[in-house]
Parts: sequence; C-alpha cells; structure tokens
Amino acid sequence: MKKYQAVIIGGGSAGLSAAVTLKNQGIENILVIEKDGEPGGILQQCIHNGFGLQTFKEQLSGPSYAERYIEQAEDLHVDILCNTMVIKLNPDKTIEYVNAEEGYVTILADAVILAVGCYERSRGAVEIPGERPAGIYTAGQAQRYLNIDGYMVGKKVFILGSGDIGLIMARRMTLEGAKVYGVAELMPYSNGLPRNIKQCLEDFDIPLYLSHTVTKIFGHDRLERIEVSQVDEHLKPVPGSQMYFDVDTLLLSVGLIPENHLADEAGILMNPRTKGPIVDDNYMTSVPGIFACGNGLHVHDLVDFVSMEAARSAAGAVRYLNNTLKEDHKYEVFAGDGVNYVVPGLVSASCDHNVEFFFRVRQNFEQAEIVMKSGDKVLRKLKKRKLMPSVMEQMVLTTKMIQELEGDITITVTEVSDGK
Amino acid sequence: MYDIVIIGAGITGTMLARDLSRYRLHVALIDKENDIADGATMANSAIVHVGYDPEDDTLKALLNVEGARMYEKICEDLGCHRKVTGAYVAACGEVEEKHLDILADRAERRGITYEWLSGDEARKEEENLSEQVTKVLSFPTTAVIYPWEVAIACAEVAVTNGVEIYLNTCCERITKEEDHFVIHTNNGDYETRYVINASGVGAEKVYRMVCDTPEFKITPRRGEYFVLDHQVHYVNHIIFPVPSAEKGKGVLAVPTVFGNTLLGPNSDYVDDPEDTGTSFEGLDYVRANLTKTMKNVPYRYVIRNFAGLRPSSSCPDFIIEEAKTVPGFINAASIESPGLASAPAVSQYIIQNILKKHLELTEKENVCLTREKPLAMADLTPEEKAEAIRKNPLYGKIICRCEQISEGEILDCIHRPCGAHTVKGVKKRVRPGMGRCQGGFCEPRVLNILARELNISPTEVVLDAKNAKILESENR
Ligand SMILES: Cc1cc2nc3c(=O)[nH]c(=O)nc-3n(C[C@H](O)[C@H](O)[C@H](O)COP(=O)(O)OP(=O)(O)OC[C@H]3O[C@@H](n4cnc5c(N)ncnc54)[C@H](O)[C@@H]3O)c2cc1C
Ligand SMILES: Cc1cc2nc3c(=O)[nH]c(=O)nc-3n(C[C@H](O)[C@H](O)[C@H](O)COP(=O)(O)OP(=O)(O)OC[C@H]3O[C@@H](n4cnc5c(N)ncnc54)[C@H](O)[C@@H]3O)c2cc1C
Repeated sequence: MKKYQAVIIGGGSAGLSAAVTLKNQGIENILVIEKDGEPGGILQQCIHNGFGLQTFKEQLSGPSYAERYIEQAEDLHVDILCNTMVIKLNPDKTIEYVNAEEGYVTILADAVILAVGCYERSRGAVEIPGERPAGIYTAGQAQRYLNIDGYMVGKKVFILGSGDIGLIMARRMTLEGAKVYGVAELMPYSNGLPRNIKQCLEDFDIPLYLSHTVTKIFGHDRLERIEVSQVDEHLKPVPGSQMYFDVDTLLLSVGLIPENHLADEAGILMNPRTKGPIVDDNYMTSVPGIFACGNGLHVHDLVDFVSMEAARSAAGAVRYLNNTLKEDHKYEVFAGDGVNYVVPGLVSASCDHNVEFFFRVRQNFEQAEIVMKSGDKVLRKLKKRKLMPSVMEQMVLTTKMIQELEGDITITVTEVSDGK
Repeated sequence: MYDIVIIGAGITGTMLARDLSRYRLHVALIDKENDIADGATMANSAIVHVGYDPEDDTLKALLNVEGARMYEKICEDLGCHRKVTGAYVAACGEVEEKHLDILADRAERRGITYEWLSGDEARKEEENLSEQVTKVLSFPTTAVIYPWEVAIACAEVAVTNGVEIYLNTCCERITKEEDHFVIHTNNGDYETRYVINASGVGAEKVYRMVCDTPEFKITPRRGEYFVLDHQVHYVNHIIFPVPSAEKGKGVLAVPTVFGNTLLGPNSDYVDDPEDTGTSFEGLDYVRANLTKTMKNVPYRYVIRNFAGLRPSSSCPDFIIEEAKTVPGFINAASIESPGLASAPAVSQYIIQNILKKHLELTEKENVCLTREKPLAMADLTPEEKAEAIRKNPLYGKIICRCEQISEGEILDCIHRPCGAHTVKGVKKRVRPGMGRCQGGFCEPRVLNILARELNISPTEVVLDAKNAKILESENR
C-alpha cells in the first residue's frame, strides 16, 4: 500500500491552498486527489470577475484565481491526481479511490485534509409542488452548461432563491439575451451578497420578490409556467397572492450543502447547522489526523476566505504530523442568540495561536452588538452596522484570551439600534 | 400482420412480452411514452406484497400470492435487484389489533409466513416505530424491487427474442375487421389478430375504442411520496399502518433496494391521467398520517418528491379477460396495487387461461429468457472493481458522485437492447441523478455522453418525453 504524509481530497481552491501550504511548511510527500479532469473546482465555471480582492488585491475571474494556485502548486511539484474519485475514507486514514488507469486503489495517509466542496440543494429538498418537466435546473448546473459546455438552457427565466450563483446567472443570462422575469426569495432578506444584488439585479431592472416562493410548476414536457406566491411569517403561502409567469426555465439558487458523505462514513461528528464536520482550532475533525476546510466544511461566499481557511487547516495538519498537538481539554464554541453557526466549534485549552471564528447571523441586523463570552466572562464586545446572513462575519480569540478561558465560548448577536 | 399487439409497456405489458417471446408468435409492444415503464410502474411503493391484503375469492388474491412467489426467480433470471426486507403491519390499539387477526387468518389460509410481535418487540427492531404502536403483524418474506428495472429487463429479453417494441406510439383508434384489428397510432397502423390492453390508467379509454359500454371505469388516483437520501438509515422493514376500506394501504415507510427510504403515498383522485404533479396538500397529508406509525422522521434528508397514478377502477378486482362483446380483445385492466407483485402471475394467467384457447403456442428454438446482470460498480468488492476497470477503464471514470456511477455503466445502459436514449432513461437504468444532488452535478455530464453516443447534438438530448429538451440553444 502506498503511503503519504498527507493526502488532500479535492483539488478546488481549498485543496490547492492546503497543498501549497503543506509544501511550504516542509511536508514533501503529499498527494491531491481530484475527481475532475483538471484542478480548480467550482472556480472553473465562475468566469465572472470578483475573485481574489483580498488575497491578490485585484479582481480576477474564477479560472484565473485558480490558475494562480495551480501555478504555485506546479512550482512546488505537488502531485495532483486528476480524474480520480475518492470512494471511501476510513477512520484509520486509508483512502480508497478509483480511476481509469490504476483501477481501484487503497492508500494510507498520516494526515488527511478534506477539501471536497459543496453541492446545490435541489428541487426535491425544497419541495416545490407540481409537475416535473425539463427546464428546472440548479443555478450552478445552468452555469456549467453555459460557461463550460456553451449552451443556453432557456430564454424565459425565473429564479428561485437569491443565493449568489442565482444572482450571477440572472446577469449572465440577461447579457446572453434571455429575459429574466424575477427572483423570488422565501426569506424577508436576500441570501446573496449586497454587491451581487446591486450589480446583477438592480442594474438590469430584475425584480426581487422577498418573502415569495414558487408554489406550483406547470408543464408536461418542458416547463411552461410557474405560480409564485407571497409567504407569511411562518413561511406558508398566502392564499390569493399568486402570480403567474410563463417561463421555460426555472433556476434554483436555494442553498449549498457541504459534500459530507465521506466524512460521515468515516464516523466524523457533524455540525447539523453547517452540515459539515465539527472542527477544532486546528481544523481537525473528531477523528485525529483528519482535517477539513473550504465549502466541504461550511459554505463560503468569498474564495479568499476559503484559501485562508485551507492554509490554516494545512498548518493544523503540519502540527499534527510534527507531533506538536497536545491532547488537552477542548472548549466548545456555541452559536448563541442571533447566530446561525460558528466555525471552528472547538478550541483547545493549550492552543498557542490566535483563533479566528467565522460565523453567520440568523437574520438581518441594522445595528448589532456582537458579544463573545466564555462562561459568564465577556471576552469581546463589538458594535457593527448591517449584518446579514449572506455575509460571513469574523471575530478573533487571542492566545491571551485562550489562557484566561473560564468555560465554553458563546457568540451572540443582538439588535441595538434606537427605536426598534 | 401481428399475432398479438400489447398496448402499454408497464410491468404488465413487458412481463407478458417476455413470456410470449418464447413462442413462435409475431408480437409487438407499443407505448405512447418515450421509454419503457413511464406510467404507474415508474412511481409506486415498489413492494412485492406477499398477498394477505386482497379479499378472498378475487383474482387479486390468487395472482398476488402466486406472483409474489415468482419474483425471486424472475429477479435472478433477469439480473434485477430484489431485497427481502420483511414488512410490519403496525396496529395502534385494540380495534386495529382485531383487524390484524383478519389479515393473519388470510395469511394462514394462503400459506403466507407471518409472525406476531408486541409493540415493544417491534420497536427493538425498528427504533423509529411510534410509541402508539401496540402490536405488529410481521411478514418476513416481503421484498422490495426496482419496478422499472424489472420492466426494462423484461423488455430487453423480449426484444432479444424478436418482440418488436415501438415507443412514442399512442393507440388513438382501433378498427375491428373480420378476423383482425387495426390499431391506428400517431406512428402508423398495426394490424393484429389479438390485442392486449395493458394501458394502465389509459385502459378504459383504449377499451372504449372497441366497446361503447365498458364494464369498468378508471379514475386516476394519485399517490405522492418523499424520498430520503441513503445517507440516513431510517427503517429496516416496510412499515404499514393497518389497512382500511377508505384509505387503502395507508401511508408507509419503505426501505428501497438501494438504501433510500420512501414515505407515502396519499390517495387523491385526479381528473387528468397525465397529472403526476405533487401538491402541498398531498405532501402535508403524508406528513400528518405518517405520525401514526412512525416518529423522528428525518425530513431534512428529503432529496425528492414524486407522484404516481393508480388506475383506480369501479371494479374492485383485476379485470383480466377477453372482452365479452369483442372477441380477440383482451383486457388486462384495473391493475391497481398489488399490480406489481401480481404481474408475473397476471402474464401467465393471460397466456394459460386466455391465449392458449386461441393460439397454437409452440416454443421457438434458441430463446433466451434470462439476462445477465449489468455490471454495477456499487455492487462489487474492491477486488472485483479493480478487475472490472482492468477490463474496461471506463468503469474507473466516475460520472455521478453521489451514487458513484461510472461512465462504463452509462455506456452499457445506452447500448443495450431497449437502451437508454434520454437523461431520465439513464437515470432509471443506472441511477446517476438519483442521489442527494439530484443530477445537479452529473446531469451535464450524462447529457454530453448521450449526445456523443447517440451521435446527436446536445440540444437534441431530452430529459424524458420526446419534446422535453434540456438545452435551448448553442451559445458560441
Ligand atoms: C457558483 C459560485 C460562485 C461564486 N462566486 C464567487 C465570487 O464571485 N467571488 C468569490 O470570492 N467567491 C465566490 N464563490 C466562493 C468560492 O469561490 C468557493 O466557495 C470556493 O472556490 C470553494 O472552494 P472549495 O475548494 O471549497 O470547493 P470546490 O471548488 O467545490 O472544490 C472541491 C473539489 O473537490 C473535488 N471533490 C469532491 N469530492 C471528491 C472526491 N470524493 N474525490 C475526489 N475529488 C473530490 C471536486 O471535484 C472539486 O474540484 C463562489 C462559489 C460558487 C459555488
Ligand atoms: C402510488 C402507487 C403505489 C403503488 N404501490 C405498489 C406496490 O407497492 N406494490 C404493488 O404490487 N403495486 C403497487 N402499485 C400498483 C402498481 O404500480 C401498478 O399496478 C402497476 O405498475 C401497473 O402496471 P401496468 O403495466 O398495468 O400499468 P402502467 O405501468 O401504468 O403501464 C401502462 C402503460 O400504458 C401506456 N399507455 C396508456 N395509454 C396508451 C395508449 N393509448 N397507447 C399506448 N400506450 C398507452 C402508458 O404510457 C404506460 O406506460 C402502486 C401504484 C401506485 C400508483
């Protein structure tokens, strides 16, 4: 059985960044396994600009951002095994993969980094009643048809969900000559980044129907018509509020879910909120030596954060490989009032580096107070304007604070604006 | 001139086509849809009921018990999936428990294996069984199958033995000549001595083409379902509530052959025989009624909803007979549940009790009624996988990441007799798109493979029906 110091599953932006970090930190014997024909992951189909502002201080397209990392990986002689699918990850860190050249192979790794990305929620998962004709796609699927294969899926388009991919596709398809009739969002706020609402909808006069959803699909062969209804505060359709759109295409941009079944099968503990593994300050999962990062850990809106997080998980793996991780008590990190989730979910008492928490709020906040507590002790308190679920927030726990922790950590967000 | 034309390529029609293909007969099987098994056979609970449910002295009771016993061999012969899960009929309280006695009595008389369990004993086997369940009648030999897989395999065998299959061929009118019929379709006329009407919800309409006063009336009755991802293991057995006259078999939890769970169906009469849409009301009904027998339903693992139409009939029993006023026209109508379980026996009944009276049934030479199981990577051990890939590297190229389906499997299902020529056809045969991403990831890849193998433009590839185009236009 072939042995590696570290194997990275997934060659998207997370996997590439993790590989580069490992090499730079002296871990030589590594392998990246990628299912597709080339590395880069989801970035390869995101041909719009808007990547890398934080990392490279310029606006790159998805493929060019990926290219920067692919070049670094090549310079460092990272082995990337493409067209290869990992079928199974075992708790003993053996990895079973399959490809056309080698067949079915099992290898062993001292450390494993899961960088497997996410998948899009489908129609079934959001329960849209009605018929099941052609013409209903996830936004990413339509994006792939258009940007990779070169085909338009339709000309009269409606979009359910205001996730970023949907917004970007609204603009893209409009520019390619389609008519986008509108975007319906179940929640009273958008799930996309504000800049995408502005640049992809408002600039093209595409209406955004907040608190609305698609309540019926019509069409036997190809989609012919949809029914859109307003929803009440319990997210139930309001009778009498129906609108009808005669469209041939419905794009769904209703959420991304970490691709977690490898982790699940390996017995790794999951966070039901993120649907990804629970990790500690080293991005290590509940199975020692297995790490996770990127969209396979929790869904990110900016690739820069993915690259950064992956580098941190690789640093964690290096500590693990160098035997510098101490077995110690781990404090839990909870999402308190107003917070949907926090990653990492555990902090080791002996952690000797700053820990940056990524978290998302549950609803929009005008003027918010963010409080990080350990037991009853307030570690940090911060006022911030305009918080929304679509934008990931950060907060740092310093090494000094870690030394003074009194118990588990909770982050809460409350509205403090006047008159509310 | 055909000896026999079968209208309808569901489980009834395909099973019969396979059985007839061993004889020296000229047989055609036609269906209005673009693939085999696009009707009720595509959307049901997939259970091979053992036969305790139908009333005494009915064809249903006779053919169900017999059909169920034939499935093990059939699935072996055809290389089809079948999983013996066992079934629990779960009673809540004394009144329902009494009803179980009736079922047990029927089972006893029909030679069907059964066992009694207390509520607590059953909950030891099924942790998600509701606390309200007080007593369970267990039928350990109950199995689940992949219904359309069996229908497709039957069609494949039939075609190999010389049966002609015409898809996208809708029977619109039938004229009766002196000693034969002419079936008029959108795809030409078919002359035949005998007609078998196996057209499911269409059976009354087709019958009316030769008879103004049919003895039965068919009203489509819809059943809607949730499908759970196989990542969650929810039930081991099929869980039934106690059946009732009004609600039929009720809302079930069914483990499928591939480890998914089906939750449903409801029962709702609809007007349109094409209306397999789902509804808020229907799905709410399923959710509400499931709580009777089940708890902790993990709805967050739902990956799909679907609905099927039962050919509900004014006649409570199967109607399998030569039409009284139209000699040569044979109805296999009113085939509601347990139509799937009964199908092998229905086919034999038609041949032995009806066709044999009219036709000389001599066996052909060199027929092959079996099919080798298509190679499915998911069923293989690591060593077998390695071997398969060595022989054909395309089995190492994974196209569907949720269900881990390789390009080799997809090519095989396209190039077989009765092969897939649509995205849904590939999905029905080898499962890419059946997983949690529902094809979001693999559909573009499957579409490109279909275009390449069928030598057509990607814009000509359809989802299912022949006008169900997936891509609108090239964008270059
Ligand atoms: C459509 C879209 C638009 C976006 N737009 C922007 C934007 O404008 N600006 C911005 O900054 N960010 C944007 N983002 C965010 C950011 O680009 C992504 O979140 C980031 O690229 C994700 O990287 P990843 O490596 O975690 O996942 P991925 O890129 O999905 O990579 C995961 C890789 O793992 C491979 N893989 C998975 N399972 C296996 C397995 N079992 N075996 C082998 N390989 C496997 C996959 O093939 C894939 O290549 C966007 C994201 C999406 C989805
Ligand atoms: C919700 C539900 C759950 C069920 N659960 C079970 C179960 O668990 N176990 C069980 O044993 N049974 C079950 N059944 C019943 C079983 O599915 C059916 O009895 C069986 O599939 C009927 O098969 P068929 O071939 O007779 O009809 P179908 O599969 O409906 O086939 C009829 C075919 O005829 C074609 N057709 C119709 N009109 C024309 C025309 N004019 N010209 C050409 N072609 C035509 C249609 O396109 C169709 O393909 C269930 C049914 C439903 C709907």
